[in-house]
Amino acid sequence: MEPDGQLKPSTLSTKDLPWQILWSKEKCCLCGRCTAVCPVQAIELGVHRKRVLQIALGLSEKPGNVFGVYHGIRQRTDIAHACIGCGMCDMVCPNHAILPIHNDEPDKLRFHINQGGVPRRRGGRRNARESLLDGIKFIRISMLTDPALDAGRHEFELRTLLGRILPPEEALGVGREGGWLPPVREIYPLILGSMSFGALSPTMWEGLQMGVAYLNEEMGMPVRFATGEGGCPPRLLRSRFLKYVILQIASGYFGWDEIIHALPEMKEDPCAIEIKYGQGAKPGDGGLLMWYKVNRLIAAIRGVPTGVNLPSPPTHQTKYSIEEAVAKMIQSMAMAWGFRVPVYPKISATSTALAVLNNLTRNPYAAALAMDGEDGGTGAAYNVSMDQMGHPIAGIVRDAYLNLVKIGKQNEIPIFAGGGVGKNGNLAANAAALIMLGASGVQVGKTIMQAAAGCLGSEADRCNICNIGLCPKGITSQDPRLYRRLDPEKVAERLVEVVLSFDTELKKIVAPLGRSTSLPIGMSDAIGITDRHAAERLGIRHVL
Amino acid sequence: MCRLFSITSREPLSPMVAIRALDVMKEGHDGSGVGLFLTDLGGDFEQFRGGPILSGIFSNTGIKALDRYMMDMDFMTKYKLSFRPTKRPPAGTPRRDNYLVRVYEYPPDWENLPEAEIQRRLMMCRLQLREMGEQDGSMMVFSFWPDVIMIKEVGDPTAVADYLGLNRKELQARTILAQGRQNTNYAINIYACHPFFIQGMATMTNGENTAFVPIREFLMSRKEPGYVGYQSDSEVFTHILHYSLNHLNLDLETYKHVITPLKDSELESHPNGPWLRVLKQSCRPLIIDGPNCVMGCLPDKTLFMVQDSKKLRPGVVGGNPGMFAFSSEMCGLDAAIPARDKSRDFQPMRYDTVFVGPERQEVGRWNQMDSLSRLH
Repeated sequence: MEPDGQLKPSTLSTKDLPWQILWSKEKCCLCGRCTAVCPVQAIELGVHRKRVLQIALGLSEKPGNVFGVYHGIRQRTDIAHACIGCGMCDMVCPNHAILPIHNDEPDKLRFHINQGGVPRRRGGRRNARESLLDGIKFIRISMLTDPALDAGRHEFELRTLLGRILPPEEALGVGREGGWLPPVREIYPLILGSMSFGALSPTMWEGLQMGVAYLNEEMGMPVRFATGEGGCPPRLLRSRFLKYVILQIASGYFGWDEIIHALPEMKEDPCAIEIKYGQGAKPGDGGLLMWYKVNRLIAAIRGVPTGVNLPSPPTHQTKYSIEEAVAKMIQSMAMAWGFRVPVYPKISATSTALAVLNNLTRNPYAAALAMDGEDGGTGAAYNVSMDQMGHPIAGIVRDAYLNLVKIGKQNEIPIFAGGGVGKNGNLAANAAALIMLGASGVQVGKTIMQAAAGCLGSEADRCNICNIGLCPKGITSQDPRLYRRLDPEKVAERLVEVVLSFDTELKKIVAPLGRSTSLPIGMSDAIGITDRHAAERLGIRHVL
Repeated sequence: MCRLFSITSREPLSPMVAIRALDVMKEGHDGSGVGLFLTDLGGDFEQFRGGPILSGIFSNTGIKALDRYMMDMDFMTKYKLSFRPTKRPPAGTPRRDNYLVRVYEYPPDWENLPEAEIQRRLMMCRLQLREMGEQDGSMMVFSFWPDVIMIKEVGDPTAVADYLGLNRKELQARTILAQGRQNTNYAINIYACHPFFIQGMATMTNGENTAFVPIREFLMSRKEPGYVGYQSDSEVFTHILHYSLNHLNLDLETYKHVITPLKDSELESHPNGPWLRVLKQSCRPLIIDGPNCVMGCLPDKTLFMVQDSKKLRPGVVGGNPGMFAFSSEMCGLDAAIPARDKSRDFQPMRYDTVFVGPERQEVGRWNQMDSLSRLH
């Protein structure tokens, strides 16, 4: 309450906030680290006045009191400085005297984060913890009729294909009679991204690139990284490491001036070109890089002025029909690299996805279809887009695959699925489930941020301030004071650890299913779910 | 586990040779069924080499429906071998009205049709009869093809053979595939019993194909009417062979590259690597998985055996010029061809395809790592 006692509609107490700061006067050593580290200045030095009663024994002396002062921290309750629960205060506190605690009831802040008529924007992903993918079990365990394989000792071929694959009659015909064979990449079924240079800090991007290079060159695992919409650092464009990179073009075309100029100097072709038409976190909305993060480096790569918001249009301005404009765009990108690079669109999962897919089947240059479900993450979006817009990924992948089966093209256009893969930590199980529903591979972003860089964000709406460049871990910040906290070498190490452990877990899933010779794409007899409706919808076994 | 035995001989043999070989391998199978594929026929059938032979099990009403259908199609019966067992069937074997093997004469208006069209029509007749029979269980049709007889039944192979009197002199063949188990992984269904047949070729498998569902989906979406059934996960091996040979114009050597392609790293150093990579990518949904030993017979009577990519099932081939046998176990081979140079027996490993051609002079072998003998 302000000194004049006036209560405004948006005046909140700490109890109204999603996070309350618990602070121990006993343990606090008043070092001030917590207030310094807090990314949103939710806590500040508090000088607290305290009355102490002095009551002597007996009746001879009257009770008295004195007013003392003690120092500590105070939680701010104004909307701009509401605690985000990141917990950095606890991380830096030498005595663990401070901790954010989640409110035991829905907060009131959510009704007020629209001051000035601007709805809430944030990073992260849909604030919902449930995951249908987590409910999918692998039930067809090889027992006595065929022995289970040994995940540790047998050989496994777990690669997938990215690219337009001709039907055998045509492919072999080209071999006999000559002609154009569409480029096809043999890659690992876990694709990182798409996360842009700009959304991510330079140290995070560098760390991921180093990790990917190590996985490819030292571990022999063809893991690929998709750039997102933001271009690519010039040195990477001109390096041999470009072959591990999927360059994304999106409606803002950010960074493509730089890419096109680098074309004659490229030593390697990129792995593929991803044309982003939509993403799961904010379907029907364009990319967004808020002004906080547009510093000189980012502005230079993207070819824009510094310090301006960069909202990409919701759709490509050249596009008015999938038959013509999209086909032309795919063809143009293919032509730019002499038809040696697969080009595929990425869309947000939507109930209209089948129309897109059907169209792509008739476009000989479309190399794949990436679909991003509602649980996809982002660096910046309106909260309503993230929480309420979009389609779950599992059903769409299944529909798309079965649709391809119906027309006999299930091997021709690979489907890549993203959006909430590993959101509760079950990365390999979620990926395997999507593959058995019909995906050729998965795209994963947010989970990698959490696992490889220690992102603090969660579906309990923790942190999620990637949009304003104040990432306390330096993952999504462009402020050197913040991103220097992140050691790219350590990110690379963690990425390698994460992918290696994913690989082992994937083998631990496919080996008992008796699969090792090829990735079990569409092996729907291997999976089941306890939810009868989900089982019917996905065409998999209902198990109890 | 199934046990497989196949034999090819210059002189016609009784199918009992194969049944006896299955019997000595009995420890390895549960005696729950038997399937026989006979071709290059001797005995009474030798004189009818060109005419299509229908093999199946028919109820009395099924026979009548069959006769009506065949008369409508203008087929004429030239010869028949009916088993109408009077004894009590062995344990586990259902009582059937008629086991039928019947040679037909082609309809006169088929006379000038191209070979491929005749083959297509024969397959369509088999499929139509099968479909008619499936409605009321009155007909089970295994093959309808010149110079091919198939017999399938539930029950112990030796007991079933005795019951059906398979040692009769009319029934002889130079090339025989035999399998000793009813499919027990799915519901008991005679159509799930190996060998499987389509347009002159047959295969049988020891093992389980864990990639069955995506392969079935791929085959069924090829717009080939013959790719139906799939009561057993092993039927896809036959259809993949058919697809490779008849649709892709590949040869037997390449079959192994379709079902168990080399790894990417192996392809890099293979003389035909680029072509094989295209094959691997475009036929990716046909890659098999799980433990499998596949034996089969081509329309030209070539017998072959291939193993899965890890060689998880047993299999051996041996014999003498004029007679060779493929067997799941050595004891089966010993029972059929005891007098042979055992040092020349060969157990194909994960890269191998072994075959004995129609001249029956030697065991040929292709290794996947070698360059292809025919340029595709």
